[in-house]
Amino acid sequence: MTPAPAARHPRRRRVPVGPVLTYLSLIAASAVVLLPLAVVLLTSLKTSQEVGDGGALSLPGDWLNFDNYVTAFNDGNMLTAFGNTAFILLFSIAGTVIIGSMTAYAIDRFDFRAKKLVMALFLIATLVPAVTTQVATFQVISGFGLVDTRWAPILLYMGTDIVSVYIFLQFIRGIPTSLDEAARLDGANSFTIYRKIIFPLLKPAIATVVIIKGITTYNDFYIPFLYMHSEDLGTISTALFRFKGPFGAHWEAISAGAILVILPTLVIFLLLQRWIYNGFSQGATK
Amino acid sequence: MTDTTDTAPGGVAVTRRRSVRDRNDAEGGARGGDRPTGRRRAGPPRSWRHSPLRRITPWLFLAAPLALLITFTYVPVASMISYSFTDWDGVSPDRENVGFDNYVQIFTRPELFRVFFVSGYYLAASVVQIAVALYFAVILSFNLKFRNFFKGILFFPYLINGVAIGFVFLYFFQDGGTLDSVLSWFGVSNDHPWLGDPTSANISLAGVSVWRFTGLNFVLFLGAIQSIPGELYEAAELDGAGRWKQFRHIIAPGIKPVISLSVILAISGSLSVFEIPYIMTGGATGTQTFVIQTIKLAFQFNKTGLASAAAVVLLLIILLITWIQRRLVPDDKVDLV
Repeated sequence: MTPAPAARHPRRRRVPVGPVLTYLSLIAASAVVLLPLAVVLLTSLKTSQEVGDGGALSLPGDWLNFDNYVTAFNDGNMLTAFGNTAFILLFSIAGTVIIGSMTAYAIDRFDFRAKKLVMALFLIATLVPAVTTQVATFQVISGFGLVDTRWAPILLYMGTDIVSVYIFLQFIRGIPTSLDEAARLDGANSFTIYRKIIFPLLKPAIATVVIIKGITTYNDFYIPFLYMHSEDLGTISTALFRFKGPFGAHWEAISAGAILVILPTLVIFLLLQRWIYNGFSQGATK
Repeated sequence: MTDTTDTAPGGVAVTRRRSVRDRNDAEGGARGGDRPTGRRRAGPPRSWRHSPLRRITPWLFLAAPLALLITFTYVPVASMISYSFTDWDGVSPDRENVGFDNYVQIFTRPELFRVFFVSGYYLAASVVQIAVALYFAVILSFNLKFRNFFKGILFFPYLINGVAIGFVFLYFFQDGGTLDSVLSWFGVSNDHPWLGDPTSANISLAGVSVWRFTGLNFVLFLGAIQSIPGELYEAAELDGAGRWKQFRHIIAPGIKPVISLSVILAISGSLSVFEIPYIMTGGATGTQTFVIQTIKLAFQFNKTGLASAAAVVLLLIILLITWIQRRLVPDDKVDLV
């Protein structure tokens, strides 16, 4: 699984094994990644008859046949779904950023008696996988009367994101405290310091959190599936999931729906590649 | 590294001296009678660092975060543990205390216990996943053409929506679907449905999870390898170390923490698989996982008590694994304070 001790170049680091083999393995991996996606893209451009007659790898007759996308978008309630997802994204990201940065500010910049306890509470919570506790979380949410509203996922995304607290905490340590003190001397209170000095300086960390949180929230299926049953409260994940019933074996419509859901992710990925790699590395290792 | 107010020696003196004005401005000199303390120190009696306001302030910032943390993490864990000893159905006001009966059921009823074996497939898959990710991370850490292009392709599946992945692979595994068509190019004909029997269905689903999650491991490994200083390789080459030796003695120790993290994520991940099998098979043909079963028990069969017990078992297993990992691989950069 590792480069064999083949070619021994005395100087620079170069491609280890025969470069040909290396590239072959990369091309094979790319094919494995892209083929399933490419076939779905092809299928989404076919007519229902083409899907029935031709094999999976046959090409669509008309490359600009977007009828399936129209069907998927209209009959699959995708517009509502994108709207709901955007609403949830907006509030849960804003909430996560505010909550996470406030927590980090309080923990890093103040000394108080229960600091260790508070840290322990946040640390232990990272070990509790959210999938396991939903049985009981459901009762809490339903106690608040929030089942089947968009506020259920918003609160859950906001309230259980400990990773972002860690990202902010790491970043805030690098902000010199002399800045706080200078502001304090000018008569600023803690809240002003947080709002006017710390928060603006946290921008890179905020960007990381927005990206990670945005993508995971956009992709989440579990929470909206459990908490939002109504037809008009679908998020893109649950709306796509509902394609299973009415579209049954209409693979061209299902494929179009899947591509519609993947497309925004692809665009974001192409635009923000570097941020995304760093963000997810930070998010996972903390 | 924490450069908090208390450890900033230079700044403190300044603060003390100048905060006389600060305090007088802020409090209008109302508490200016604190002379005794003032005599003990050179600075003013009650600077910001000692004011009662300072004690409350962190709690003002922490109130909302802690309320959310407790409401959505600790309250559910506590109530889950208490439900697990009852036969509650999740709706009715009354519940009986049944002691450890739910736990006994989980470990003795074979149909409930079976889900643990399904995790085995995903566990095996994550071994493959880590190995593949490691291989590509190592080769892409060298200067290759199109490096970023390949990196992007390998990582992208991790970002795709789970439901979309489910549908993509339903079509992939369908009779006469993508996989069958590709196999027929190579002259392999296949007439049994991939998702038709438990073994092949579980292997197929575990394969999807390899497809989906390899990218994350790969990027983590690549980041770790690239953070190893280049001089190490040069020194090793001068000493005549070949590629394999470089891998064993430089790369492998350098990325050990990340590998250990990936192993722990893989184990807890394979115990809590939900999305892919739920979307693709709904847990049919022996592909039911622990989480699918728990969700069905709780929300379809209204066995909240039993489901809670199952969730507690899963939680305990994950805590145990994390604890073992912390013991085996002491992480020297665990620093919260």
